[in-house]
Amino acid sequence: MFSSFMINTWIASTAIAFVAAFVGFFVVTRRSAFAAHALPLGAFPGAAAANLMGINPLIGMLIFVGMGVFLLRQLVRMGRRDVGTGLVLVLFLGVGALLLSMTSEYAPAVFSLLFGEVLGVSDADLWPILGICVLVVVGIALYFRPLLLDSTFPDLAALQGIRAARMDLVFLTLLALVTATALPVVGAFLVFTLLVGPPAAAQALSGNPMRVLVLSVMFAEGCIWSAIALSYWTNWPIGFFVGTIGAGLFMGARSYRHWNQRQRNFLVV
Amino acid sequence: MSDPVLSVAHLSVDLGGRSILRNVSFDLYPGQLCALIGENGAGKTTLLRSLLGLTAHRSGQALIDGAPADQRRALVGYVPQKIAFDPDVPLRTRDLVQLGLDGHRLGLPLFLGRKKALVDQALHAVWAEAFADQRVGELSGGQQQRAVIAHALVRQPRLLILDEPLANLDFGSANALVTLLGTLTRTQQIAVLVTAHDMNPLLPVMDRLVYLVGGQAATGSVEEVVQPDVLSKLYGYPVTVLRHGRRILVLPDAVAEDAETCTASHVPHPEKAD
Ligand SMILES: Nc1ncnc2c1ncn2[C@@H]1O[C@H](COP(=O)(O)OP(=O)(O)O)[C@@H](O)[C@H]1O
Ligand SMILES: [Mg+2]
Repeated sequence: MFSSFMINTWIASTAIAFVAAFVGFFVVTRRSAFAAHALPLGAFPGAAAANLMGINPLIGMLIFVGMGVFLLRQLVRMGRRDVGTGLVLVLFLGVGALLLSMTSEYAPAVFSLLFGEVLGVSDADLWPILGICVLVVVGIALYFRPLLLDSTFPDLAALQGIRAARMDLVFLTLLALVTATALPVVGAFLVFTLLVGPPAAAQALSGNPMRVLVLSVMFAEGCIWSAIALSYWTNWPIGFFVGTIGAGLFMGARSYRHWNQRQRNFLVV
Repeated sequence: MSDPVLSVAHLSVDLGGRSILRNVSFDLYPGQLCALIGENGAGKTTLLRSLLGLTAHRSGQALIDGAPADQRRALVGYVPQKIAFDPDVPLRTRDLVQLGLDGHRLGLPLFLGRKKALVDQALHAVWAEAFADQRVGELSGGQQQRAVIAHALVRQPRLLILDEPLANLDFGSANALVTLLGTLTRTQQIAVLVTAHDMNPLLPVMDRLVYLVGGQAATGSVEEVVQPDVLSKLYGYPVTVLRHGRRILVLPDAVAEDAETCTASHVPHPEKAD
């Protein structure tokens, strides 16, 4: 399980879980889960296009998530956020279907882009992944306070000169970067689980922002490590385990909070 | 007298193609508490937001300490009308208050000595110590409002703007808040601008009054404006002003007649004790 062949997998997925937790903190706080669902699926045709043109899929995905962020902001400016996000999602899926219909040997590649392929991380893949992860962590750490105030009370943020449009751009850019790096490793559907499950579980357990951030990282790492190990032993797809553990964490933490609140109410009464 | 903290001159604001405010002018000096009164939809919130640079204005100007709001952010504390935190927001009351101090700074939030003392002081001022470590999303409406007031106070503003702070409060809390605003005005020479649809609770502490009606503003000191003839003209129906010691009560005529019979029958009054 820790053979040299697997080392890159462990390093890449550890880094990805770390940044997913950082960005996920704001995905959950900003209630942007739908955008976090749409962007990975928007990136996926990028990988298909890159395959078609014979270039590095990471570049294809970065271009596509970049376009995704741009379109999202344009459509959202015109009106309702959920509608705009949904339209971008379907637009990209349509483009993806078109591009895939042009390639001949796509079935296994598509499967791994959607559901992940942890065993496929080469040395050449590893460095860009780590580079982007460092960039995203620095980005979130730098903008943490303005993003936090903008996400929780936009008017109070505006009063301090924090511009909502700029915060939205910062957030979506960081989300897009995480998406593009994480997608080939954990797959389009599971990027979403990592972005939402661990931070939502952490927020159910604490109201202290720094503690929530640390808990999110711990949950995300626990989720991806156990998923890799289980997938290695059972030979079942990693996606199954990431999805199950992510949802389990969320439900467990929520139940604990409800139970805890009931206990408190009981004691007060 | 020193320079005005807030100077509004010929301000006009349009929203959605409709003219909401026309030619509004007034000044506010340090150590003054000004009540901005008007019915629902009169444009109170719109006026505050345009003073703060959150809403664009069509013409005129609003200067804070001689400059537009976006150059004077550090001088202003603002408590919006609509306060509704999501139950899950990852913020405790003290985190929200600290963001008043350093929300615009880059980097992760860390509690450091001097900052923590300022935060504790602001929490103390609004009697919020009891829920300082509770999530803001789990507080009651009135508690959330106090948390946001602490967020505004921790900035040590020279101009404090509160939008309908009394609307959600019970009698006792409203009274305590009015007293706090009065104290801040007198002891720290802050200028306070408070909106309300009912001026009565603010009458004991306010120095000036801006009355918004039909998109226009009537301004003056309490002595000038709180007169039956002036107010009756502004409201558009007859109004009585009852004075009882230092307390003033403004009532529509029909209600006022009932109130007079009430005092006539010598209902025991708490103020007579002192
Ligand atoms: N975004 C908007 N677009 C168009 N009209 C608005 C908008 N916001 C408020 N208004 C209108 O402006 C008027 C003043 O609103 P507001 O300032 O909220 O009043 P108040 O705070 O005194 O109750 C109302 O008639 C309201 O319908
Ligand atoms: Mg209002």
